Amino acid sequence: MTEKADTPLYPLWLLAEVTYSCPLQCPYCSNPLMLGERSKELQTEDWLRVLAEARKLGAAQLGLSGGEPLMRKDLEILVAEGRRLGYYTNLLTSGIGMDESRIIALKEAGLDHIQVSFQADDSGLNDLLAGSDSFAQKQRVARLVKSHDYPMVLNIVMHRHNLDRMREILDMALELDADYVELANAQYYGWALVNRDYLLPTREQLQQAEAIAHEYQDRYKDRMKIYFVVPDYFEGRPKPCMNGWGRVFLSIAPDGTALPCHAAADLPGFELPNVRDHDLDWIWKDSPGFNRFRGESWMQEPCSGCDKRQECFGGCRCQAYLLTGDAEATDPACSMSPRHRVILDAVQHSAQLKVLPDPVMRNKRNAVRFREEKRDPQQSCADKPVV
Amino acid sequence: MTTLDVDSIYGLAPGHRLQFEEAQQAWVVLYPEGMVKLNESASDILRRCDGKATLSTIVTDLEQTYDQVELRDDVIGLVSAALDQGWLKKR
Repeated sequence: MTEKADTPLYPLWLLAEVTYSCPLQCPYCSNPLMLGERSKELQTEDWLRVLAEARKLGAAQLGLSGGEPLMRKDLEILVAEGRRLGYYTNLLTSGIGMDESRIIALKEAGLDHIQVSFQADDSGLNDLLAGSDSFAQKQRVARLVKSHDYPMVLNIVMHRHNLDRMREILDMALELDADYVELANAQYYGWALVNRDYLLPTREQLQQAEAIAHEYQDRYKDRMKIYFVVPDYFEGRPKPCMNGWGRVFLSIAPDGTALPCHAAADLPGFELPNVRDHDLDWIWKDSPGFNRFRGESWMQEPCSGCDKRQECFGGCRCQAYLLTGDAEATDPACSMSPRHRVILDAVQHSAQLKVLPDPVMRNKRNAVRFREEKRDPQQSCADKPVV
Repeated sequence: MTTLDVDSIYGLAPGHRLQFEEAQQAWVVLYPEGMVKLNESASDILRRCDGKATLSTIVTDLEQTYDQVELRDDVIGLVSAALDQGWLKKR
């Protein structure tokens, strides 16, 4: 009847990370540790060109993300152009910077959908994790989204500090009348990797939370779709990262760097192309960066002889590099990886911690510190006490 | 299979869009953060679920367009599946 839209000839998803500026400080942020300077951000006309070029390549979903995309004053212009070009336009926001006049302006510009992030269902925990008093504003925005007839996704990154509140979080989502809920278990790159001991849950926490998520999936299937994103650290199977390198996903960083995956800037040995220097057609089809891990020829054992390689594409290249130092290695989240031990040890280590470390909050001060230390991501991982 | 009333009317669910994609040379359903590529028969049926036509009108229309008979079960099967997926909504 239908087939999954995953044919690898063109990007289906364009993720426009329009700024790294953000009023929140979540310690699991997927942005790079060093963030970037606002002065180096692409201008409106650069983004308009990117939207047109990606659409021509076949991108149909446009995610406007960040940082906090509402920090950009030209967001309405980008939404309007995105919609005019035929994209399904998604705004991925913390809610900070949204008010009624802006939500109306975005609707008039043609915005299709709004995803609002929450840290927890409880204002104290939410604000602690976000490093800012944001819970009340998020609630206001969620109600605005619904009252202006947008479909609403609630996104909650799950970890040690909120997994035990799964029931309360889902009750909040029901109360806010969310159409979809994404329970996204933290992925350990960038800030989340630095804060891994603070964030990693125990296996028991996860099992209980997952059972509650499934219970709500069944009970409320007519009201709300619930996605529970299984955490690769606990599964023994790697995630099919980005559905394969350079297959369907194209991300553009605030400074114009084109990325096959959020964390790809960490990888050594090749330069990622920038939309200031090249058009997207060349970037997607011909650039060395986007071809680096396409197909299977780069794979080592056990991936190269594995019958699951077309399901997981060898897992995540960034995770392989961050945890093994070898970007071509099998993702250590896979139980068949000879280095799977690093994952098991990390889980065991954090489960045994009696006192958790303080989180390194994602903010400019810490980003500057990472910049000054010129501390590469491998270093920040290697100095973790992984037994 | 769900039994649907052939006199009932369906349209795209809120937040969903149906459009032809040049690059894929196919109709797709777009929804928050997702997309499904439709084959020809699925798109022929979904495009007719416009919030005005009853299922029996759609069946007749398709049978005439393709000079075929007995398309009722195909239409009901596809519409049921699309309802389960949340792409369509009853009017």
